[in-house]
Amino acid sequence: MATLVNILIAGLATGAIYALVAIGFTLLWQTSQTINFAQGEFVMLPAFFMLAAANMGLPFWAAVLIGFNVTMLLLGWGFKRLLVDPMLRHGVLPLAIATMALSVFMREAVKEFFTAEAQPFPSIVPATNIDILGAVVSLQNVGALGVAVAAVLALQYLLTRTSVGHQMQATAQNPTVARILGVPVDRMILYTFLINAGLVALASLLITPIYLAKFSSGEVLGQAAFIAAIVGGFNQVRGAIAGGLLLGVVDNLAATYVSTQYRAAIPLFLLIAIILFRPQGLFGRAEERTV
Amino acid sequence: MKAWKIAGAVALAASLGGVAFAQTGGPIKIANVGELSGGGATVGTNFKNGADLAVAEINAKGGILGRTIEITHADTQSNPGVARAQVQKALDGNPYVLLGPGFSGSVKVTASLAQQAGIAQIMGGEAAELTQTGNPYLFRTSFGQQSTMPKVARYIAEDVKAKNVAVIWVNNDFGKGGRDTITKEFAKRGVKVVADISTEAGQADFAADVAKAKAANPDALFVYLNEEESARILKELRRQNVQVPLIGETTLTGQKVIELAGDAANGARGHVGLTTDAPVPALQQFRERFSKKYNYVPDHNGIKGYLAVYVVKAVTEKMGKVDPKEFAKTLHGMTITPDKEPGILMETTYDQNGDIDRQSFMTEVVDGKQVVKAVLPKLGS
Repeated sequence: MATLVNILIAGLATGAIYALVAIGFTLLWQTSQTINFAQGEFVMLPAFFMLAAANMGLPFWAAVLIGFNVTMLLLGWGFKRLLVDPMLRHGVLPLAIATMALSVFMREAVKEFFTAEAQPFPSIVPATNIDILGAVVSLQNVGALGVAVAAVLALQYLLTRTSVGHQMQATAQNPTVARILGVPVDRMILYTFLINAGLVALASLLITPIYLAKFSSGEVLGQAAFIAAIVGGFNQVRGAIAGGLLLGVVDNLAATYVSTQYRAAIPLFLLIAIILFRPQGLFGRAEERTV
Repeated sequence: MKAWKIAGAVALAASLGGVAFAQTGGPIKIANVGELSGGGATVGTNFKNGADLAVAEINAKGGILGRTIEITHADTQSNPGVARAQVQKALDGNPYVLLGPGFSGSVKVTASLAQQAGIAQIMGGEAAELTQTGNPYLFRTSFGQQSTMPKVARYIAEDVKAKNVAVIWVNNDFGKGGRDTITKEFAKRGVKVVADISTEAGQADFAADVAKAKAANPDALFVYLNEEESARILKELRRQNVQVPLIGETTLTGQKVIELAGDAANGARGHVGLTTDAPVPALQQFRERFSKKYNYVPDHNGIKGYLAVYVVKAVTEKMGKVDPKEFAKTLHGMTITPDKEPGILMETTYDQNGDIDRQSFMTEVVDGKQVVKAVLPKLGS
């Protein structure tokens, strides 16, 4: 029982971080048909922005603040203006390929400036344990889960309860009509890129103490989040949340009770099953071609 | 006309011969092929820096037999396929000696290339099988698993007095070799393996593996992973409040692991063939020189790279000539002592398989520092 509780909480904590990254996938897809194959590297990089700031002698909280701002600027605004806007005119496929190239560039750049070795990264939650249902559970895992869930709830509130959120939804559903109704579509799209940047920076802050800061750590995360987004439903934020949590839990349960050797295959089996039996994802909306 | 052509050819050959002669009198070329990026970057970077330090020291004192050393570095990207290509490329440059790689899997796929070329390969791999294939050109810089695992198993059985052990290992040549060897040693001593958990190289999340080990309720955990994964699992073991003794080998208590794992490394114990924390003055002086040059404390891989170059120096000076073919024969059965070659740091003996014998150490991480708890003598002493 104690093992199960531990595994469930660890799985939910990792899954919640996957969910943050997967939400970014779905937001960008909905508002600007961008599939960002560099999303994993978008999670890897903010940790290095924070480390760079900390290496300049700043306290960790200030380094985190700077890391978030630089991420919003470069991976939010900069990504949209310098890569997505020019490439999207040529179609979704060239843009997807450009994001693949961007992921390689980001990995190599980090290797160049920070070496290929892993770096330690402090945790915002102390490394102590608490008792839940008789099981000794890591406060770091509970903290990561709590922060991720709070971020998701705040995002849901923004999207469903505020005027900006409604305008963003309108932009996602039909940008032409939204524009006619006076919604500043371009600004709403920019907001989604900034939100994505905020989410990846948060994911980076939560996952890097566990994974360590390393140029290659985005590969696993990007793949997991992409699978989570498809499993949950690429066109629904709630789908990405469910997909992320499900993937985190299934991965940990499979590694504990089935096989550690084949754990990497389990998410892929899940992905195949979803594609075969429910291609729109668990919570996704079936989309039909307009032509 | 034909005579002129022949004369021209002879003149050209003579001039080329002159060039060749000049090369043999020039710098001694050593090729290092190591893990400079990828999962083994810590291993390869330390090895490279150690080798570079030794080369700089030797060159500053006039080189070997009056000739300076020229070392080149190639990156395997921690990938055996790339390692093979890089070693072939390095051998095409006709080096005197080949250094590296550090990963056993990469050594396994490259050893035959150096053997075919008749070039001695001084490598960092620790898998037991590497020196059991009869390759006369392969030499270690550290203990093989067949030398270390009996010591570790004896420590777990007799000092820790563990009856049930969980073994967590990385599923590559290094990890599998260690797991197979220690499992046999445990069986000899009546220690039961209650959980046998394989993990992947580069694995980031160890929550499930640790939960499995914890559920098996062992008296001790034997952890045999590479450095970065060791740091991640130590953090996870702390997160899941695992209290049993954590015992491993060099890769569990190394400097890089301590840096990455922080407080979670405290209490981990490891048998270490080489450590700059050892109570050996020459090793501590090496640590100072290395730290001064690179601004960080080296792990055992830094010592391996350093020693490899000094082995080249000792052998070459013993031969009195730079002869790649004779090198391997000379090193077999050779004992290098610090009084004759201070750069070797500790008395080292090579056997006929290329395996090494020297002192080793039992260490524990205390307050973020590796502390040597016991010095274990040479097996042959």
